[in-house]
Amino acid sequence: MPRVYRRQRIWLARFVRRYPLGAAAGIAILGLTALAGLANQLAPYDPLANDFGTMFAAPDARHWFGTDAFGRDVLSRVLYGARTALLVGFAASLVGATIGGIVGVAAAYFGGTTDLIIQRLADIMISFPIIILALAIVAILGSGTFNLIAAIALSFVPRIELVVRASALSVRETTYVEAARAIGARHWRIVFRHMVPNVTAPYLVMLTAFLGQAILLEASLSFLGLGVNEPTPAWGLMLSGAAVEFVQRAPWMAVFPGLAITFTVLAFNVLGDSLRDALDPRLRT
Amino acid sequence: MHGSHAPGRRPELRIVAVLVTGLLLWLLSAPLGAQQPRTGGTLTFIVSAEPPSFDAHREVTFALIHPARPHYNLLVKFDPLNYPKVVPDLAESWTISPDGTTYTFKIRRGVRFHDGSVLTSRDIKASYDKIIFPKGDVISVRQGAYTMVAAVEAPDPTTVVFRLKWKSPSFLQDVASPWNWIYKADIIEKDPHWYERNIMGTGPFKFVEYVRGSHWVGVRNEDYWVKGRPYLDGYRAVFIGNAAAQVNAIKSGQALVEFRGFSPPQRDDVVRTLGSGATVQESGWLCNNTVVFNSRHRPFDDARFRKALSLAIDRWGGSTALSQIAFVGPVGGLLRPEGPFATPPAELEKLAGYGRDIAAARAEAKKLLAEAGVPEGFEFNLLNRNVEMPYRYVAVFLIDQWRQIGLKVNHVVKETGPYLADERAGNFDAAVDFNCDFYDDPDLQLVKFLSVELPNGSVNGLNYGGYIDRTLDRLYDEQSRTEDATRRITVVRQYEKRLLDEKVWQIYVLWWKRIIPHSTKLHGYKVGPSHYLEDLQDVWISE
Repeated sequence: MPRVYRRQRIWLARFVRRYPLGAAAGIAILGLTALAGLANQLAPYDPLANDFGTMFAAPDARHWFGTDAFGRDVLSRVLYGARTALLVGFAASLVGATIGGIVGVAAAYFGGTTDLIIQRLADIMISFPIIILALAIVAILGSGTFNLIAAIALSFVPRIELVVRASALSVRETTYVEAARAIGARHWRIVFRHMVPNVTAPYLVMLTAFLGQAILLEASLSFLGLGVNEPTPAWGLMLSGAAVEFVQRAPWMAVFPGLAITFTVLAFNVLGDSLRDALDPRLRT
Repeated sequence: MHGSHAPGRRPELRIVAVLVTGLLLWLLSAPLGAQQPRTGGTLTFIVSAEPPSFDAHREVTFALIHPARPHYNLLVKFDPLNYPKVVPDLAESWTISPDGTTYTFKIRRGVRFHDGSVLTSRDIKASYDKIIFPKGDVISVRQGAYTMVAAVEAPDPTTVVFRLKWKSPSFLQDVASPWNWIYKADIIEKDPHWYERNIMGTGPFKFVEYVRGSHWVGVRNEDYWVKGRPYLDGYRAVFIGNAAAQVNAIKSGQALVEFRGFSPPQRDDVVRTLGSGATVQESGWLCNNTVVFNSRHRPFDDARFRKALSLAIDRWGGSTALSQIAFVGPVGGLLRPEGPFATPPAELEKLAGYGRDIAAARAEAKKLLAEAGVPEGFEFNLLNRNVEMPYRYVAVFLIDQWRQIGLKVNHVVKETGPYLADERAGNFDAAVDFNCDFYDDPDLQLVKFLSVELPNGSVNGLNYGGYIDRTLDRLYDEQSRTEDATRRITVVRQYEKRLLDEKVWQIYVLWWKRIIPHSTKLHGYKVGPSHYLEDLQDVWISE
């Protein structure tokens, strides 16, 4: 077995031993990802198919999670909804963390006016609560999956930028960076070759920390009618509209997607906390 | 019988009998619980979308008419408590020439705009010229409904004359359009777009403020020309898009009414909570959802594709199901199912997409798709507005129906303003649209479907599909000029067949049913078949 894989296995075993809750959360996320990926095989019904003969059917052997106002199978929609949640969650976190990380490293490396401008812009953006910022961006861009990812990612950028910049500032002062400068290395080479790899830990910590938040934001924006559109299966969307109006008649319409959001966000948050403690103990709260 | 009196002849008993009879008559004449109108208070009501602009001559949505109509008057209007009777508003009287082609309106004296200037017939003429003969880049979406008008004249400050090219049986009702707000001539002449961003009328309420996303406020016009009106000190229109939040606002008393309509479950929810504190008024609704196809985009330029889309829709099944969860319901043709021009069911079922055998219809739809060269899984965008009730429900239904003939539909939802802007600019493949009106009349309901460029060179601002169909234009003109009622209906049916069955430029989905649950504190309001006719002049609240 190559040495690198062995090192990873050791790290993983230590992580499981030290952070059993985090490991359980990781397994739950893997399970969720598998469910999302296999939704087309696992879902008992087409999640978009209306069936007016079974409107508001209570959970039973045919429809384990019941049906909604259009007679659509709630279980199938929850399974497919995991795809939307994970797609938006991963894409928004990855894009937001990556852009924020690069901007943070650039701000730290160049310093001076560049840093000043980036920091003031970040201060302005960070002064808005994350949901308000995402709401404003969606209002400008319009609804839809792609715009939703863009809105959530953009609202993450300043928060990640601040954390990564703080780490990058200390890297900038290291002798190997000074040496690279002295031998005339180009800026992009110094940034991407020498600085970026050394801020990976805070980057990964923030990435996992924002995953749960991104899923929650997606659900919130969809609930408010600003996220993905009907009839796309999405947990937040499943909680809005008819689910609210008919909550007394058919509570299962809201209960199951609500539980899916709760457990998924909980899993990502627990995993994020554990990874933070494992990767960068300085960030431990 | 000496020493005794018959009861009727004793004077004290006669007095008592008269008093009792008078009391009984008074009690019978005044319904139990009837109250005298009360002056004062602020009416808070819900509006579920934001106005795209402030100019009613160019807009088509309740989102403008509900918050802003109280700032304006019309020339004549529908009696809000006795629809469809037309009563005077700024015109105190009118006469019609024997040949029916000249309408002469006498304008009230002493009516003032909110800036203090006096209204004259010049203001009426300028407003109607803007509606019927818009110049330059001014948009008037209803000019097509006034093709019978040759000229509007103002021979003196208190007289306005409409000269028609032909006799139009519904012209007076057309003039009572709730969209025909009277603007100030000086302002229009200086800047015809001024009213798109500003408010200044003669109405019972003056404009105070509009905070986008929050509210619109009006305050009583103390100089209003109807003495003793309005009863209210003011009103506050609150913008709430979410249907559940609307219901909660009514249930909690934060708002007394939403003037557009609620679904049956929403109504039941309000009644369950407010109990005897709620009044429910219901009516048919001169409103429906249509789908407009952009004939400038392929394959929407192919009638076979459009017809396949209509054939795929199970309107009868959808009506039964959706009426349980939304305020849609009746299946109908171009004219309101409960109205005087309704298409009989037997005739309706012969039109594409109205048959009872949905399996056969969908088989035919797939055949047409193949003929038109549209592949299985063909994907297109369906533009929609973010007004939840009933647009979201109708879109989910339509997307499911079209999936059943192998089409993939992306649902694109936008705010009312950008949605209308996209429709007008042709930035869509297909769009969930609406055809709502204020009076049952083919002249009004059919105008939307005329060619985008009318034979007289003017633009039909309601045709978002971008097509030209001179047959429809000719049939519209013919029905409008026809004085024989039977012949008119025949021509209207030909128009309907051409539009919905042969060319299928646009399609109808389902008509709506109007349900208004409101607080019992609200008085002077009667629901009618149009949600454009709300008039706050005589509305009052009991505490």
